[in-house]
Amino acid sequence: MTVLLDKARQRQTRITGGILIALGALIAVFLAPDSSGVATFRLSRPTDVWPVPNLVVPGGAFVYVASALLAFFGVRLFLRGGARWSARFLGIGLIIAVAAFLVWATAGKSFSLTGMLQASLVRAVPIALGGLAGVLSERVAVVNIGIEGMLLAGAFTGALVGSLAGGLAGLAAAVAVGGVFGFVLAALVVTYRMDQIIAGVFINLFVLGLTSYISSQVFQEYRALNNAPVFRAVEIPVLSDLPVLGPVFFSQNIFVYGAFILAGLATYYLFHTRHGLRARAVGEHPRAADTLGIDVYRTRYVNVTIAGMVAGFGGAWFTLGSVGRFDEGMTGGRGFIGLAAMIFGRWHPVGALMAALIFGFADSLQQKLALLGTPIPSEFLAMAPYIATIVVVAGVVGRARAPAADGKPYVKE
Amino acid sequence: MTDATQGRVFGRTQLEDMVIVPLFALVAALVLGALVMAATGVSPATIAQSYVALLKGSVGSLNAISETLTAALPLVLAGLGLALGFRSGLFNIGAEGQIVVGGLAAVVAGVALGDMSAFIALPGALLAGAAAGAFYAGIAGWLRAATGAHEVITTIMLNLISFRLLDYLLRTPFIQKEGRADPISKSVPDAAELPKLLTFLDANLRLHAGLFLTLAMVAFAYWLLFRSKLGFEFRASGENAVAARFAGMSAGWTIVLAMAVAGALAGLAGANQTLGILGRATPGFSAGIGFDAIAVALLGRSHPVGVFFAGVLFGALEAGGRQMQVDAGVSIDLIGIIQSLIIVFIAAPLLVKAIFPWGFRKAGKRENKS
Repeated sequence: MTVLLDKARQRQTRITGGILIALGALIAVFLAPDSSGVATFRLSRPTDVWPVPNLVVPGGAFVYVASALLAFFGVRLFLRGGARWSARFLGIGLIIAVAAFLVWATAGKSFSLTGMLQASLVRAVPIALGGLAGVLSERVAVVNIGIEGMLLAGAFTGALVGSLAGGLAGLAAAVAVGGVFGFVLAALVVTYRMDQIIAGVFINLFVLGLTSYISSQVFQEYRALNNAPVFRAVEIPVLSDLPVLGPVFFSQNIFVYGAFILAGLATYYLFHTRHGLRARAVGEHPRAADTLGIDVYRTRYVNVTIAGMVAGFGGAWFTLGSVGRFDEGMTGGRGFIGLAAMIFGRWHPVGALMAALIFGFADSLQQKLALLGTPIPSEFLAMAPYIATIVVVAGVVGRARAPAADGKPYVKE
Repeated sequence: MTDATQGRVFGRTQLEDMVIVPLFALVAALVLGALVMAATGVSPATIAQSYVALLKGSVGSLNAISETLTAALPLVLAGLGLALGFRSGLFNIGAEGQIVVGGLAAVVAGVALGDMSAFIALPGALLAGAAAGAFYAGIAGWLRAATGAHEVITTIMLNLISFRLLDYLLRTPFIQKEGRADPISKSVPDAAELPKLLTFLDANLRLHAGLFLTLAMVAFAYWLLFRSKLGFEFRASGENAVAARFAGMSAGWTIVLAMAVAGALAGLAGANQTLGILGRATPGFSAGIGFDAIAVALLGRSHPVGVFFAGVLFGALEAGGRQMQVDAGVSIDLIGIIQSLIIVFIAAPLLVKAIFPWGFRKAGKRENKS
């Protein structure tokens, strides 16, 4: 087995090295000739309390150095192997590639870096909360493909109840309905021992069908039911005046703060409380946990329901946190990207949050680059986050380990 | 996959598995669908009217049957591919993307071969669709085999990528229809079209030669799965990957091949749509067929014949749903709810047993007697 594993790792390292070399070459051939001129990154607005000067980068030089660095990392990985470094090099390599790309796109122009970072955080929210929901349920060995549906249910409920009874009630209802679908998933896979992936697919299809049905059957006619108030940004005193950090971290709406707080809470719960230890035991070795007197079924029910509530909260972001109205299928695959974030984050709440931030960054990068008017067709920019997801999952997954009992039903003896 | 997808649940009889459970599932889903309608303020008379329309629109006339079969064909083709994947232990969510790529490739090849005779142009276009689908699915298979990247994530991402790719390619001069600014492909020439079968009865009947293609593929999938060495390897690695490896089967190749065959079938489903129904490729022409096909494959218990009947059932719901929307003014999205409920009742036999205990006690006795 170890020989097989080593071989697989070696091949994976080779592939990672190959990707980095290819990236370096692409940057040298396509980006470098076009990057003459300086790229100006605006860090603050003139109205800020403490303005900071703009970041000015010489285009050509930066891009060439970046491509050389990428090629060096790639060749090193390709020749020397060393699985320990492959994930780190891939991460650093991708950051360099993105930086080179940004400098190339901005060369001769100016661009608000702070604005993009702020948007990254906003766009990371549903992915982070989806990933967090994934972590919570997979830690008790329940694979949750249904996150997409739970997000959609949260978005829908947020819009409906928010329109009727105000934002806070809408938020509470979204969380509750997310919890209901979490409970349904738990019931299907724990009590009725349905295949976990099929149960997740069912939740996705059911929620998509139900919300689309109601929105075309009811919302079309009664538009007042789909017009919810939106949570505005809450400025945190003093901190929100900090340059760069202020607008990015301390001048956001409650969903952004909520994602950070929940990631912290989940980490504390899973790794520093008795219940968290029990939950992880159920995910790693349910039989042993059962022998020690832990109620496996109950633990799975509780954790998957909580995961559903987290996803419901994340879903409310789509309506109460951004546009205030529900559209059919508006989650657009964010729940699945959340699953990728969970894997990338190695089944750890903080890891999932970090991964979600990267996806959020890719998402907002694509949006802003379209504004800069690069010669790359917008469709390819829109693909970038998905391609990045594939690269990341292919490059990292071999080194990340899922909870041992993940996806397996447990039958009490 | 667990036993739930493979049709041998707790040793119940074949009859119960193949007839009673799906029947209960359909009835329960329709009842719950009626409750959903009632909850959204649809009057009982309209509910009755909509189910009558559902029946009328699916099997009520020659046109309805033609529409049911037309809607069923791509579902069966893509469902066969997914079923092959499930049997091999691969959860391929990517049929939608494979349909997009396959359908587009079929159009491109059809346009390129348009001057040739139909004996070259049509098979050429179909082959191009299958090859493109196989290649696209093969990417996910290769990633799984080479790096362990889970196919659920990679196929979902490939789906999302394929939609953008389609939007882009439909605007390239080689593919875009001349003189159009919107993303739309050139029309498929007559030589590459799947000929309509029933136009001698009524010019509006849309059933086309994809029917024969689909039936042939059902037979092919059955042969491949249960009569060929390759199919044995697929099933072996699906049942127990470790045992298959110790038996000397190459796990990596099996995964890549299983994905490629599944992708070829989904690609044919796409070609079936563009060459048979639409006559061109447009943004979003895949219309969620790839996702419905997941349900079809699960409903058919990943068995080629089961997939065929499940596809016909879903096609009937689809065709009937359109009639329902016209006659009773009930949104066709209701069909999505009913379909998802059918899946849950099929995939959780314990749940069906809990709801309809009497249906199974009898069956259990019958089993004991024999």
